[in-house]
Amino acid sequence: MADLAFWMIVLLTLVSAAIVVLNRNLVYSAIALLFTFFGVAGLYVFLWADFLAGVQVIIYVGGILVLIIFGIMLTNRITSVNISHTSVQKSMGGLVVLGILSVLGIMIFNTPWLQTEFVEPVQTTATIGTLLMMDYLLPFEVASLLLLAALMGAAMLSRRNE
Amino acid sequence: MTIDQIINWIPFSADLPAIAFVIAASLCAVTVFLFIAIYALGIIYGEVKISSFMQDKVGPMGQGVGFHAGKWGLLQPVADALKLILKEDIIPAAADKKLFIMAPFVVFIGAFISFAALPFNQNTVVSDLNIGVFYILAVGALSVLGIILAGWGSNNKWALYGGMRSAAQIVSYEIPAGLSIVTAVMLTGTLSMQGIVEFQSGTIWGILPNWIVFNNPFTFISFFIFYISGVAECNRTPFDIPEAESELVAGAFTEYSGMRYAFFFLSEYAEMFVISAVAATVFLGGWNSPISGFFDGPIWGLFWFMGKTLSLVFVMLWFRWTFPRLRVDQLMNVSWKVFLPFSLVNIFGVAIWSLIVG
Repeated sequence: MADLAFWMIVLLTLVSAAIVVLNRNLVYSAIALLFTFFGVAGLYVFLWADFLAGVQVIIYVGGILVLIIFGIMLTNRITSVNISHTSVQKSMGGLVVLGILSVLGIMIFNTPWLQTEFVEPVQTTATIGTLLMMDYLLPFEVASLLLLAALMGAAMLSRRNE
Repeated sequence: MTIDQIINWIPFSADLPAIAFVIAASLCAVTVFLFIAIYALGIIYGEVKISSFMQDKVGPMGQGVGFHAGKWGLLQPVADALKLILKEDIIPAAADKKLFIMAPFVVFIGAFISFAALPFNQNTVVSDLNIGVFYILAVGALSVLGIILAGWGSNNKWALYGGMRSAAQIVSYEIPAGLSIVTAVMLTGTLSMQGIVEFQSGTIWGILPNWIVFNNPFTFISFFIFYISGVAECNRTPFDIPEAESELVAGAFTEYSGMRYAFFFLSEYAEMFVISAVAATVFLGGWNSPISGFFDGPIWGLFWFMGKTLSLVFVMLWFRWTFPRLRVDQLMNVSWKVFLPFSLVNIFGVAIWSLIVG
């Protein structure tokens, strides 16, 4: 059962991701991105990272995707923009892609990946909280400072000149 | 009854786990859908009647013989539903057909899948997720997206305005709502809905029920911030500028008719239920009886849960006939300049309170 669900989610993620890249209509790409985000959230669930899956949905679907669509809607005459997918220099490009692919392939097959036993964690959210507040307090605080700066910057920009 | 219990109860679940899972999941989905449909019929009647009484009218009444709306207009919601089903399904020629068709379902799914984590009583919850309340906040994002799609797909300036207003409003009010939930989660130390309800059993000083809303002054304010933000997230009056019929015809739903329009309607009511249920569960003790140890069984649990939730839904109807619509700038002021600072202070206050009081 878990296998079937896993492959269905993988299929959903990959197909919708392909649509995001290949579709010529920006709005359709944004909508396909919705399914990609949900698929990734599903993959997190398979990794026992339920909290992360929730964060994925609330930040990416509720925040970033809405912002992207907002940007598309507020741009003047966005539908008439022609997004080009035609590629020039196919042979050279193909060579570069092949090179990168082979390097990545060698890396993937030669790396001794860390393999752990399948253990269901007792708690997920509490562990994340403890780690953020104990081991990774400095990055956490730096990130919050960055967000505060962004918030103040947005408030500054939206203010009328006095 | 959780989904796991249903799976275990199916005789062949050991041999064919995939089929057992699909059957159990469909069973839960159908039950929730039927519940939403029946609740919607009830609430449509309730809305018509209550709003009539609030305006000193009688509302739909059946009189005389032949086809009419039944005694006290009881068949009015059935007639409304029939009308919506039979209406012609119009798709504007200039609309973006795929998005136009997709939008109502996206909105409905956003409200529908929230029901998976609502604890109806001690045993009845589709799945008691570890991240229950967070899950409900997260999937609410789908409704925003659906409304934007409806606005964009209709290819109509009123619809587009409505969609954008709605998105701006929901995104703004999600923040105070989420922060208010955080105050409750800080006290309970769990995101699981059943865990939050179980935290609230017992009494404070032997008089008040041990609900989070009475736990300390900060959570008391949090409850109201959450509930009012919830009303805004449902796009209900006084926060209904996305639909504002006097300026935008019907906002994002302008071009919709028949069943597609009905789905928007249904999801609005379902969302009202979800917001009220979360407020009741997180702040008002969920299925806990108001008098500790009195009327406590599973059936009474269902009664208390539904009672609390439907009372909050009733207050939303009450709001509609009490307050005039807010202007856009007033709406943003309330969210960003009043609710946001208050909820941040609440989080700090609850942290200090739990350090001092315990």
